[in-house]
Amino acid sequence: MKEMLIILFSAILVDNFVLSKFLGICPFLGVSTNLKSAMGMSLAVISVIEIATALTWPIFYFLLEPNNLSYMQTVIFILVIAALVQIIETILKKSIPSLYRALGVYLPLITTNCAVLGVTVLNITKSYNFLQSMVNSLGAGVGFMLAMFLFAGVRSKVDHADVPKALKGLPITLISASLVSLSFFGFKGLIEKLFA
Amino acid sequence: MSPKKQVPLIKEFSKGIIRENPILRLILGTCPTLALTTSVENGVGMGIAATFVLLGSNLVIAALRKVIPDKVRIPAFITVIAGFVTIVQLLMQTYLPDLNKALGIYIPLITVNCIILARAEMFASKNTVFRSILDALGMGVGYTLAMFIMSSIREIIGNGTFLGMAVPVLSNSPMMILILPPGGFFIFGILVASAQKISETIDKRSGGQDRDFCATAMPDSPACHLCGGCNFGAGGLNKEINMGLNNGKTAGRSDAQ
Repeated sequence: MKEMLIILFSAILVDNFVLSKFLGICPFLGVSTNLKSAMGMSLAVISVIEIATALTWPIFYFLLEPNNLSYMQTVIFILVIAALVQIIETILKKSIPSLYRALGVYLPLITTNCAVLGVTVLNITKSYNFLQSMVNSLGAGVGFMLAMFLFAGVRSKVDHADVPKALKGLPITLISASLVSLSFFGFKGLIEKLFA
Repeated sequence: MSPKKQVPLIKEFSKGIIRENPILRLILGTCPTLALTTSVENGVGMGIAATFVLLGSNLVIAALRKVIPDKVRIPAFITVIAGFVTIVQLLMQTYLPDLNKALGIYIPLITVNCIILARAEMFASKNTVFRSILDALGMGVGYTLAMFIMSSIREIIGNGTFLGMAVPVLSNSPMMILILPPGGFFIFGILVASAQKISETIDKRSGGQDRDFCATAMPDSPACHLCGGCNFGAGGLNKEINMGLNNGKTAGRSDAQ
């Protein structure tokens, strides 16, 4: 249990996927313009990451590794993720239209979200067992959501600020991201203290 | 077969270096840019690995552009790209194990690097093999160059070294923050701002035509929306999402009524 909590909180706070591992930067910068879209995107990412992990972990350990095909990992994983996103989109559209309206626009963007492929590959390289992988993925997703939320809040202020012309748009967004990322340094050492 | 035919060959190569630099102007593939520019060796290593994948995928996709059905082209592109990423992964494991370890997770992640998918979609699927190779080389050089500049700044100031050799004066008290994540965001912000300023100045000097850069480089296409590169500020991805949200809202309302 303790070990699971350590994995979860490291993934959310200390090694935040967006702010310290730099995974999923594109949606982090692109979709964080308001809280509503940040929320939608994060929820879509959390669900896709969890389902993708639940699929790729068994595929790797029961299909690829016993057949000496582990070098096919990247190809298989990205195809699984792409297919998964497509299937989720179709199912949501047909059966839960209200949820589709809330999350639908974010789904196609997730295929190329490196956080999803990144987490599934990391679970394998760190040789986590199935449960640990699921917890790590949850942490990654929640960490993504936390970063998106914080940053959407910061951005709504930055957008109204008067910045020099050359810094307008992306540059000032990146510099504010730098400050948000700095604030996460406060969590360094947290895990060791909490679970010592 | 397309208006691109008139573009001189040398331009297909040179555009990627400055005018359409994939990192500083198109803002694609930000993840490895931020993560791997902590040292010049990693930055340039990543640049070369990505260039190889870009070259291979552009070549194959341009050669197969008439065979791949339009509807499944994105999955087909991703499969081709993932294949070349696997080749790079295996080569690096064998010949450059240290670099492979340093780049780690970011090697498989070249698969979802938007530069490569965007070039496949924007260029290779519409142009001849030869032009696609030139395009890939130009984009690759531009990418590696941007990685080199950014990693030099971060390594020299943040670590006091250049390619592992100590730099006098700076190595006494390096500004560690620059090789940590916040420094990555900060330096990237400054570089993008400089690139904007420089290209603005060049545009003014060359007759002041205010060209909408993103519109020419990245017209409407699924790959663009997938990546959300380019235009973070002026519409692009956000426009699409806001549109989606509004549609959602109106649809919800009509349901309620």
